[in-house]
Amino acid sequence: MTVRKKDNLRKKPELHADVKAKVDSQKWFYTDEVKEHFFKPKNFMDEKTSKTYKASGIGLVGSPACGDMMKVWIKINPKTERIIDMKWSTFGCASALASTSMLSVMVTEKKGMPIEDALKIKPQDIVARLGSLPARKFHCSVLGDKALRAAINDYFRKTGQTKRIITEGARVIDKATGITDKDIEEAVLEGADTLEKLQQKLKVGIGNPACLPEVEQLLRFYKEKYSG
Amino acid sequence: MKTVYLDYASTTPVDPQVVASMLPFFSQKFGNPSSFHHKGMEAKNAVDDARSRIASLLGCSPHELFFTSGGTESINFALKGIAFAHKQKGNHIITSTLEHHAVLDTCAYLEKQGFTVTYVPVDAQGRVNPKDVERAITPKTILISIMYANNEIGTIEPISEIGTLAQKQGIYFHSDACQAAGALDLDVRKLHVDLLTINGSKIYGPKGIGLLYARKGIALEPLLHGGGQERGMRSGTENVPYIVGFAKAFELAQSHRDQENKRLTKLRDALISGLLKIDKTRLNGPKSNRLPNNVNISFLDIEGEAMLLYLNEKGICASTGSACASQSLETSHVLRAIGMPYEASHGSLRFSLGKYTTFADIKKVLAVMPSIVKTLRELSPVRLTIKHFQ
Repeated sequence: MTVRKKDNLRKKPELHADVKAKVDSQKWFYTDEVKEHFFKPKNFMDEKTSKTYKASGIGLVGSPACGDMMKVWIKINPKTERIIDMKWSTFGCASALASTSMLSVMVTEKKGMPIEDALKIKPQDIVARLGSLPARKFHCSVLGDKALRAAINDYFRKTGQTKRIITEGARVIDKATGITDKDIEEAVLEGADTLEKLQQKLKVGIGNPACLPEVEQLLRFYKEKYSG
Repeated sequence: MKTVYLDYASTTPVDPQVVASMLPFFSQKFGNPSSFHHKGMEAKNAVDDARSRIASLLGCSPHELFFTSGGTESINFALKGIAFAHKQKGNHIITSTLEHHAVLDTCAYLEKQGFTVTYVPVDAQGRVNPKDVERAITPKTILISIMYANNEIGTIEPISEIGTLAQKQGIYFHSDACQAAGALDLDVRKLHVDLLTINGSKIYGPKGIGLLYARKGIALEPLLHGGGQERGMRSGTENVPYIVGFAKAFELAQSHRDQENKRLTKLRDALISGLLKIDKTRLNGPKSNRLPNNVNISFLDIEGEAMLLYLNEKGICASTGSACASQSLETSHVLRAIGMPYEASHGSLRFSLGKYTTFADIKKVLAVMPSIVKTLRELSPVRLTIKHFQ
């Protein structure tokens, strides 16, 4: 839900927020393609397969608190640098489930997508293949590309290619304190490995709990990046 | 496929008897109640008659009722009407964290106008403690607004206790009774309310009609100005057919109330106990002190909108407090008010029963729900363990 919480998605006023006219012409609308992937998901990781699956990289984004969480397993052929298999597991609404399923088809079709192309996948690319998604679902539920990038980063880390790990630019996460993702990254490097420790260091999200899901997500991302 | 409609708390179908009562007032008895001729008189008599019939069910005088366009308008009228008319006396309002957005957002608006609002917390079952309300009272308090029964989790609030203490202190007391109207006693004297909101679309009446009861002698600032209808308090030509239908619906709802409550309670409890047999679930709201038609269950590790879509495929209509199904992308403020952790607040479903609900409907839900939950849990990477989820 609120992981990639953009300002324009914060429509519902908090108790003390300004009450503004809400323009919402969005309809409930899922395409047949979305329904197909939702009701008949492709390539999802079942209990049995997960026990023996040898992944080259695993990526996890989101959290149950924010309403969407995705885990992606990939197998990479190191010679061709193509993704030869992808499995996924998703907690979330129909668009979250359908978009991860669609992503798994996109990266594994045509003998597998080269890593370099996979790193460039944007939510828009997944949505285009699904036909469309309700606009307000767009930013929040399409996290598959981020989970995939996390899995590829994990592969880079496991194979010692740390220079190829991609980090995103500094971005303000908590407007109340001005804390950016870089601040969180540094705090994690300095040993803040739980939300409590992070808050002791940065006071992030204390006056603005709405950003906590994203803080937790970044905490996990950086912990995984630097662990091992 | 037969539709199993279990979303009566969102809205109810209009009862055929209600439709029949309304029909003459569209094209035959179409007059404007303000007109000085027999067509106008005909319409005026119908409105007066409807008002009297509703008044006798509420135990009040017809002159204490104002017809509006629905629950939202009535709530706005009550809160802004009192606030603006009594701002010389004070600027403090008390409400609860569990209220409908019509109350919460109106309060937020009033805060912008210089009023201060205290949001009294609720307990884990969603119950407002009258003592908390009492403690929140200041010399500047002019209004208390607490809902009669909650729309999401069905909690019935101790309205008459709160009303009694408000009365003692000379503070006006409003209650939003939209969800309670079909199920609970609405005698305004017993409830000790000064203002009460009811609407038509939850009691098998038409949408777009509601009323505000305001005790005689209470000064209110009107929201709508114009032709001076409703004794100058709510201008705009009376919606005659809807007022007639509203009265009919209210009478029908109240006449079968006890019997229907018993029937619904049995169905409700069967659905609750059946759903709680599924792993990692919990009932939101109280076991007994709840609306007879409300079932609200949380399912861990999965998300509400996804469950709704699977249910819809089976012909079952329900609703969810999940953020993904709301226009706002925020999870239910009611579930958060009762202390539900964020990570568990996305997987709730509300089934609200009504007069066409049968045992077969309940059985159908219980037959499909376990496999829907199983399917979605197989797709989910989340494996939470939270206290109170069995």
